[in-house]
Amino acid sequence: MSTLAPVLSDLWDAPQSWKLDTYVSRNGYDGLRKAMETDPAELITMVKDSGLRGRGGAGFPTGLKWSFLPKPDGGPRYLVVNADESEPGTCKDIPLMMANPHSLIEGVAITSVAIGCHHAFIYLRGEVVHVYRRLLAAVREAKEAGYLGSDVLGTGYDLEVTVHAGAGAYICGEETALLDSLEGRRGQPRLKPPFPAVAGLYARPTVVNNVESIASVPGIVSRGADWFASMGTEKSKGHGLFSLSGHVARPGQYEAPLGITFRELLDMAGGVRDGHELKFWTPGGSSTPILTAEHLDVVLDYESVGAAGSMLATRALQVFDETTSVVRCVSRWIDFYQHESCGKCTPCREGTFWLKQILQRLEAGEGSESDIDLLLDVAGNIEGRSFCALGDAAATPVKSAIKYFRDEFEQGLHTPAWELFPYEANAAFTGVSS
Amino acid sequence: MTATTSTASDTVTKPEEVTLTIDGVEVSVPKGTLVIRAAEQIGVQIPRFCDHPLLKPAGACRQCLVEVAAPDREGNVRPMPKPQASCTLEVMPGMQVSTQHSSEVAEKAQRGQIEFLLINHPLDCPVCDKGGECPLQNQALSNGSGTSRFTGIKRTFPKPIKISTQVLLDRDRCILCQRCTRFSDEIAGDPFIDLQGRGGGTPGSDEHGLPAQQIGRFDEAILGFAGGEQAPDGDTVGPGGEPSLAAGTGESTPTLGEAALDASGRPFASYFSGNTIQICPVGALTSAAYRFRSRPFDLVSSPSIAEHDACGSAIRIDHRRDVVLRRLAGDDPAVNEEWITDKDRFAHPWQSAPDRLTSPLVRDEESGELVPTSWSEAVHLAAQALTGAHGRVGVLPGGRLTVEDAYAWSKFARVVLGTNDIDFRARAHSAEEADFLAHRVAGSTMDVTFGDLERAGEVLLVGLEPEEEAGTIFLRLRKGVLAGGVHVSSIAPLTTRGASKMRADVLHTVPGAEAVVLTGLAEGATEAGGVELGDLAERLRGGVILAGERLATVPGGFTALQRLAEASGARVAWVPRRAGDRGAVEVGLLPGLLPGARPVSDAQARVDVAAAWGVESLPDTPGRDLTAMLEAARDGDLGALLVGGVHLDDLPDPALAEAALAAVGTVVQLEVRRSAVTEHADVVLPVAPPTHKAGTFLTWEGRPRAFAAVFDDASLSDGRVLDMIARAADVDLGARSLDGLYAELAEFSGWDGERAGAPQVSPGSGHEPGSMAPGTAVLATWRLQLDSARGQDGEPHLAGTQRRPVAHLSAATAAEVGVAEGQTLRVGGPAGSIDLPASIVAMPDRVVWLPQHSPGSSVHRMLGTAAPGVVDLSVPTSEVQR
Repeated sequence: MSTLAPVLSDLWDAPQSWKLDTYVSRNGYDGLRKAMETDPAELITMVKDSGLRGRGGAGFPTGLKWSFLPKPDGGPRYLVVNADESEPGTCKDIPLMMANPHSLIEGVAITSVAIGCHHAFIYLRGEVVHVYRRLLAAVREAKEAGYLGSDVLGTGYDLEVTVHAGAGAYICGEETALLDSLEGRRGQPRLKPPFPAVAGLYARPTVVNNVESIASVPGIVSRGADWFASMGTEKSKGHGLFSLSGHVARPGQYEAPLGITFRELLDMAGGVRDGHELKFWTPGGSSTPILTAEHLDVVLDYESVGAAGSMLATRALQVFDETTSVVRCVSRWIDFYQHESCGKCTPCREGTFWLKQILQRLEAGEGSESDIDLLLDVAGNIEGRSFCALGDAAATPVKSAIKYFRDEFEQGLHTPAWELFPYEANAAFTGVSS
Repeated sequence: MTATTSTASDTVTKPEEVTLTIDGVEVSVPKGTLVIRAAEQIGVQIPRFCDHPLLKPAGACRQCLVEVAAPDREGNVRPMPKPQASCTLEVMPGMQVSTQHSSEVAEKAQRGQIEFLLINHPLDCPVCDKGGECPLQNQALSNGSGTSRFTGIKRTFPKPIKISTQVLLDRDRCILCQRCTRFSDEIAGDPFIDLQGRGGGTPGSDEHGLPAQQIGRFDEAILGFAGGEQAPDGDTVGPGGEPSLAAGTGESTPTLGEAALDASGRPFASYFSGNTIQICPVGALTSAAYRFRSRPFDLVSSPSIAEHDACGSAIRIDHRRDVVLRRLAGDDPAVNEEWITDKDRFAHPWQSAPDRLTSPLVRDEESGELVPTSWSEAVHLAAQALTGAHGRVGVLPGGRLTVEDAYAWSKFARVVLGTNDIDFRARAHSAEEADFLAHRVAGSTMDVTFGDLERAGEVLLVGLEPEEEAGTIFLRLRKGVLAGGVHVSSIAPLTTRGASKMRADVLHTVPGAEAVVLTGLAEGATEAGGVELGDLAERLRGGVILAGERLATVPGGFTALQRLAEASGARVAWVPRRAGDRGAVEVGLLPGLLPGARPVSDAQARVDVAAAWGVESLPDTPGRDLTAMLEAARDGDLGALLVGGVHLDDLPDPALAEAALAAVGTVVQLEVRRSAVTEHADVVLPVAPPTHKAGTFLTWEGRPRAFAAVFDDASLSDGRVLDMIARAADVDLGARSLDGLYAELAEFSGWDGERAGAPQVSPGSGHEPGSMAPGTAVLATWRLQLDSARGQDGEPHLAGTQRRPVAHLSAATAAEVGVAEGQTLRVGGPAGSIDLPASIVAMPDRVVWLPQHSPGSSVHRMLGTAAPGVVDLSVPTSEVQR
C-alpha cells in the first residue's frame, strides 16, 4: 500500500510558498551549497545512483543523459529546461513552477554546476503568462540572494538563467524543436544525429531536461541518492507528481512514489464522481494509449504500464466515466494534434488532416462502413513513420480507443455521438443536476 | 532525376569503404554515404521527394522509408523498430536494408506516404507544367495506389502567387518538401522564400487565424495578417480567371529602401531563383516565361553551354518546332553542378529577337539606306572593301565568339587583311592587361578549377564581383566557405550582398588603388594605401587569386598581381565576363599575340604560325588595341573596320566609337541582331546565334565546353562567313568546317618558345580622395548580373527581378553633398549626368558606385567617363525643393 510522498509539493500549502524566504526556511538551497563543495563528476554519479529518470515522459535516466556531454573544450555548454508543458491532460510542471519555483531554480543551479554550464535557459510555453512572471520574479530573487548571477554563493562560479517564453506551439516541447525556437528559428524538430548532447543550443553541448526532473535534483543532492532510490520500484525510482483530472471527485496533484497503483490514487482522489463509474483513463496524457477499468491495479511505473500496453509518460491521469463518448474524446484529441502538427513531415501533417475528417463524420453518425479500418490504417501509416514522436502520439489514441471500444465507433456509422452520450451529462463541472 | 555521384572526381585519398546489403545484394560504398545513395549503386531506386544530392538531408517527406536491421555492439543484427528514412540514414558495416522490393513493411510505408501526399494535391496534372516530368506523378504511378480512399475536403489556396515577376507559386500543389527553401538557404544564401504557417490547416477556414504551412515571402496580405491588402496582379491569372496575387508588396516593403528592392518593387530576391523551379518535385513553382506554354513530352531537349558568362555552365535547351521554350540547368559536377543563374536560364529570347538579322544588307549608294541583298553580292562587296584597305583594317571581333569562330577571325586578320590590328576586348582595357594575358593566361589551362575554389584555403578577389559577374564561381565559393574549405577576401570599394553571403573580408579600397594594395600584399605588409591587410599575405600562400577583367582599369594592377603571385605562390586565374573572352586569348585575338600563346614580336613564333597557315610571312609589328584602332579610324589612319559582336555602350568611350564608325571609309559588320554599329555599317553579314551553330567556349579555367547546334538551318557561323569573304579574296581560310578548324587548332598547342614578357607598369597611386575637391568622387562601377544588356532583351519577367539601380556612397560623402538616403543623387561627368537614389553604405569617402549598364545608368555613354575617373556629385534642384 503506497501513500503520498510530498517532496516537491510539500511546500505548496505554505503561505506564499513561491517566495525565496519560504523556500529557504524549509532548507531550500542547501542542495546547492552542498553541490558547490562537491566534484561535478560526483554530482552526476549521485543523480545516476538515485535512479532518477526523465519526468518529461520518455523516462530516460537523467544522470546518464548528463554524462553524454563531450569533455569540456573551453566553449559554452548549456542547460535548457523544457517547461513547454502542452500535452492534453498534463498539468504538473505549471503548478509546480507556480507554487515552488525555487525548487526548479535550485535544480537548475546544481545541474549547471554538474555539467559545467554558465548560462541556463528555461523554455516556458508562452500562454502561461502568470507562470512566466512568477519565474522571472523567482530568478530575480535568487540572483539578488546570490544563488545565481556572477560569483554564486561566493564560489566564483557564474551562472546566468534566462526564462524564455515560447509562442505557443506543442511541437516546441520536442527538444530539438525547442532548441530551434529558442535560437529564434522556426520551431520544427531537427535531424538527429547530432544529438543535443553533442550539438544542441547554438550547436554546443546541451542538456535538455523536464522541469520536474530538474526540480527533483536538489532533494537528491541534499538528502542523498539512497533516500531518493528508497522510493519507487526497482527500475522506476523516486517520487513523482500524478495529475488526476476529469471525472474524479477531487482532481489535483498527488505526489507519490512511482509504483503506486491507479486504484490507490483514485481512492485518494475520492473515486470517480458520485453516481458514475470509470470507463477509461489515460496514464500519461492523450499521447498514451488509453486503459480501462480492468487496468485499475496496474502498477504505475515505466515497466508495468508499458507491459499493460501503454506508457507512464507524464503521469497525467485523465479519468473518463461512462457518460463519455470515446469517439468524441478521440476526435477532440485529434483536433489538437492536427492543429499542433508542425507540418514538417508528411504523415503527421496529412495523416492528422485526414484522421480529423474521418473522426468528425463518425462523431456525427455519418461514417461509412470502411471508416474504422481506414482510421486504423491511416493511424498505422502515421505511427512509426513520422519525423518525430508527435506523429506517433496522434496515432496512439485512435488505435487504443478502437481496440477497447470498437462498437462505439461502429455506432458512428448511423448515430451521432451526442445522441448516444448527451454532452451535458458528460460535463464535469456543471453540477450534479445534469 | 539528379546525379548521385560525388563531385570530388579528383579525390586523392580513397575514403573508407563500408559494406552492407540492400535487398540481399552486397554493396560497398564510401563511409558516410546515405542509404538512398547506396541503393542507387545497385540500381535500386527508392522513391523520394525532399531528398536532393546537393542539399542537406531533411527527412521531411518520409517517402523513402525502408526497413533496416543493423548489428548492435555485440554484433547481433537487430531490426530497427520503425522503418527508417533512407535519405537521412548513413550506411553502417553489416547493415541489412530492405527496400520496397523486398519488404512489405517498406512497401506499405511508402504507399501510405504517397497516399498522404495526394490527399491534398490537386488532380490538375492535365494543365500543370510539371505533368509528364513530375516526380510526384511518376512515383504515384510506380509506388502508389491506383485509387484514393480520401473522400474529404482538400486544402485549397488562392493561386497563383507571384513571388517575383518570374517565379509563380501554386500553394495547393506544394508537398512541402522544402527543396526550394533549402536551396535558397544552403546554396544561394538568399532570403527568397521560406516556410510559413503550421501544420495542414483547416479546409474551408483558418481556425485561430493560423494558416496552414506553406511556402512564401511573409507577405502580410497573403497570410491574412493585419496591415496587408492583397495585391492582385492581372498579368497572370488563376484557374478561374482571377488575378494572381503579388507577394512581397506588403506595407513594410517600402521601408526597406531602394537598394533592397528589385525592379518590380518587391524586395530583391535572388539571381538563382530559377533553380527552385527546376528542383520542385511537383508543379508548385513555375516560371512566368514557361507557364502553360508547353508539355514536356512535346519538347526536344538538347544539351548546350550557357553563353552569358565565362563559367560555361551546362544547360539543357528545350525546344519545339524551332522555338526555344525554356532552358534548364545541366548536370555537370565539375562545373556548375546542377545550378545556373537566372540569366543563363531565362535570358534566351535574344537569340530569336525580332531584330535578328536574317539576310545580308548593303548600304544603297543612292538612298544611303541598308537594303537586303544576296550573300554573293554582300560577300563580294565586303571582300572588295576589306582587301582594298589591306593593312589598314581594324578588326573588332568582340568577346562572345566560340573558340572556332575566334580562330577564324584571328587567321582572317593576319592572312587576309595583313594586320595585327585586332582586339577582342569590347570594354575598358589596357596594354598592361594585354601583356598579362599574353604572359600568364594564354596557353595556361586549368591551373585553377571550380573544384579547386572549394578547397583553396584562401581566395582573393580583385576587380571581380562573382555574384554579379560570374554566378557559378559565386556558388562554388559560397559552398566552399560554408564547408570550411576556403575563406574569401575581396579588394573592392564596398561590401556587396554577394560578398556578405560568402562571408568575405572586404578590403575597402578606393578604385585605382588596387595596385597599391596588391603590392602591399606582395611585400607582406599589414597595411597599404590606408587599407588594413592583417595576415592576408600569409594566408594567401598556396591560395588562389581571381582577377576580374576590371583590373585592366587600374594602372599597375596586373603588374602588381603578377608580383603578388610570385611572392605568395598563389595560383592566379583571370576571370573575364564574356563567354568568348578566354578562348579569344588562346587564339590570339590581341594585337600582340598569335594563336597558342605565341608573341607577334617573336620571329620564330611568326614563322611557326605562317607555316601552319601556309603563308610566307605574317605582319611583324604588334597592332593597335581597341581604343587605338578607334582613334586611328576617327583620324583617318584606318580605311575600314571589321566589327563583330561589339556593343558601343560597353566600350570605355562610346562617343569615340561613334565618331570612328562615322569617319572610317568602310564598316563591315558580322552580327546576330541589328545594333548601333549597324547604323554605320556598309555591309552587314548575319551570323548564327549559339543555338544555330556548333562550337566551343573556353571557361575562365580554360576548360573547353563544346556544344552542338540546336537548330539546323541556313545560319552561318562567323567562321563560315569569314571563309566566304576570304575565298572572294582568293584566300583559303580553311574555316568551312569545324573539323578543319579543330585540326588546325591542334597544331597550336604547346608553344615551347619564349613567352611574352610580364607586364611592367609601376602601380599608380590612384586618386587621393582626401585631397580632392568637395563634391567630387572617384567612380566605381561594374555590371550587375541582370541589367540593360542586349542579351537579356525580350524577357520582361526576368527584367522585373533586376536589382533597382542605386548610387552607393559613404555617409560622410552623402553629408558633404547634402543628399539623404533614398534622395536623388546626381553624378556628373564630361558627357552628362546620371540621377539615381542615394544608398548610404560603408565605403571609402569620396567614392561613388554606379551600376555600369542598368536602366537609367549607362555609365560610359551617359557620363563620358569610366572607372576610376573622377565625377561630380550634386543634388538635382528638384530634389532640393522636395
